[in-house]
Amino acid sequence: MTALTRLDVAGARDGLAKGEISAKELAEAHIRAVESVRPLNAMITETPDQAIAMAEASDARRAKGEARGPMDGIPVGIKDLFCTLGTLTTAGSHILDGFQPPYESTITANLWQAGAVMLGKTNMDEFAMGSSNETSHYGGVENPWRRAGDNRPLVPGGSSGGSAALVAARAALGATGTDTGGSIRQPAAFCGIVGMKPTYGRCSRWGAVAFASSLDQPGPMTRTVRDAALMLGAMAGYDPKDSTSVPRDVPDYEAALTGDIRGLKIGIPKEYRLDGMPGEIESLWQQGVDWLKEAGATCVEISLPHTKYALPAYYIVAPAEASSNLARYDGVRFGLREDGGDLIEMYENTRAAGFGAEVKRRVLIGTYVLSAGYYDAYYIKAQKVRARIAEDFREAYATVDAVLTPTAPSDAFAKGDKLDDPIAMYLNDVFTVPASMAGLPGISVPAGLSEGGLPLGLQILGKAFDEETVLRVADVLERAAGFDALPQVLAES
Amino acid sequence: MALDKATVAHIAHLARIKVTEAELEQLAGELSNILGWVEQLDEVDTEGVAPMTSVVDVTLPWRKDVVDDGGYADKVLTNAPDPEDAFYTVPKVVE
Repeated sequence: MTALTRLDVAGARDGLAKGEISAKELAEAHIRAVESVRPLNAMITETPDQAIAMAEASDARRAKGEARGPMDGIPVGIKDLFCTLGTLTTAGSHILDGFQPPYESTITANLWQAGAVMLGKTNMDEFAMGSSNETSHYGGVENPWRRAGDNRPLVPGGSSGGSAALVAARAALGATGTDTGGSIRQPAAFCGIVGMKPTYGRCSRWGAVAFASSLDQPGPMTRTVRDAALMLGAMAGYDPKDSTSVPRDVPDYEAALTGDIRGLKIGIPKEYRLDGMPGEIESLWQQGVDWLKEAGATCVEISLPHTKYALPAYYIVAPAEASSNLARYDGVRFGLREDGGDLIEMYENTRAAGFGAEVKRRVLIGTYVLSAGYYDAYYIKAQKVRARIAEDFREAYATVDAVLTPTAPSDAFAKGDKLDDPIAMYLNDVFTVPASMAGLPGISVPAGLSEGGLPLGLQILGKAFDEETVLRVADVLERAAGFDALPQVLAES
Repeated sequence: MALDKATVAHIAHLARIKVTEAELEQLAGELSNILGWVEQLDEVDTEGVAPMTSVVDVTLPWRKDVVDDGGYADKVLTNAPDPEDAFYTVPKVVE
């Protein structure tokens, strides 16, 4: 039999349904797996006792014929941005020291309701601000992959880097992520797994620590497209507690994986062909086009003229919203407090000690662009550009069903390589940010290896609330790519 | 637009983040670089474009203006750094 940590969600579901494996065995194998990859620093908090209790409850339900669906008994990691009742939740920040939420986020509540089992809370960039996981107060996460002939540790991408590393190293069957400008898709590409950002409003943000509220969207990170479909089905849905959550029925995403994309029109945006893009990215993209054509889709060049402005517009909108959201960390109600002579000094000392360098930069940029006299020049201008970007996609989707692009402009880079240059770090998200600005769904699928032997991802973008087409195309791409390479660091099976 | 140290100090005060003199210098450079980079947005013609307020085409829902949750000060205060009875505490603000 396949080792329990080498199954995927769909395989584990089938094994559980047939009674070949128990949820408890599955949980125990993954608890050991998590322990065996501790040097990756992918987890901030491990919750083995909770995992066993949840798995036993799952087995008991199944014995009574009351199993709840495909996620029942499936062990997952939870990005430490999701509030979990009574379990330390840090958002990767010093300022949330000791924070034990007195409530459960809607996304995790949905997963537990579906029977999923929590292995622990995964490491992340502080407040999800970063593309390398190096801004975490708890230290960077290491990518389980190594470049051929080079033993330097690589970053897993970010901000959901702990989730990506854990799933890639076979220490969890899936994990939650959140994506504000690429924080699910870019780490998925760097670690050789599947990561999906649903349409803004598809998954509730309630109980997820807020970064940029008009962009943040939770989503699944898994090893296959089918697993992403199964996990998204358990996470998605209307939530009256999030007024931006959309009251639409959640389709059966697995049923969308028909393997048939004949007649679909796929757009290839010419503006994504960047100057200086590595040849291996360019040729993988072309390979993706060929795969989709062979499967019967039509690929046509499209234009998304405002693509190059998405990233600078994002770096006004996201910091502006962050500066407002992070005002709540004041040393009064939760987390860290640093004393001061008076109230203002207590605030200033607490926030100086509690926030890391990147968070401070973004809060200051956000404060500046929202301040008197600059609001129109920066924030309103950026929101107008954002409307232009959304319009580009609307026009494209009048003629195409989905869009194919690379996920990231390079493979994983070494720790420390881009820490001193914020803008070089921001450029990691150049292909993922436009869809975030327009609120559209996207998925990264591992599609090949770079010359250095590292995973590269291709991205499928879709129309609003058409996750089904995105998943269908991604599934075909995944089958064609047949990506089966394994990282150098693997959990003990 | 280049930010000088005085402007950074003012923003930092607005954001309630204490910044040392040495940090001011570095932040002024970093923030100026970022602002210089975002200013390429000026190239985009946004004449007559309405600023985006929501990425999805939905009307915000209404609900009854009633209290439907709460009444557990002890739970709310469990994470407070220095609570007293059913209150948060802060340094003295009135003499």
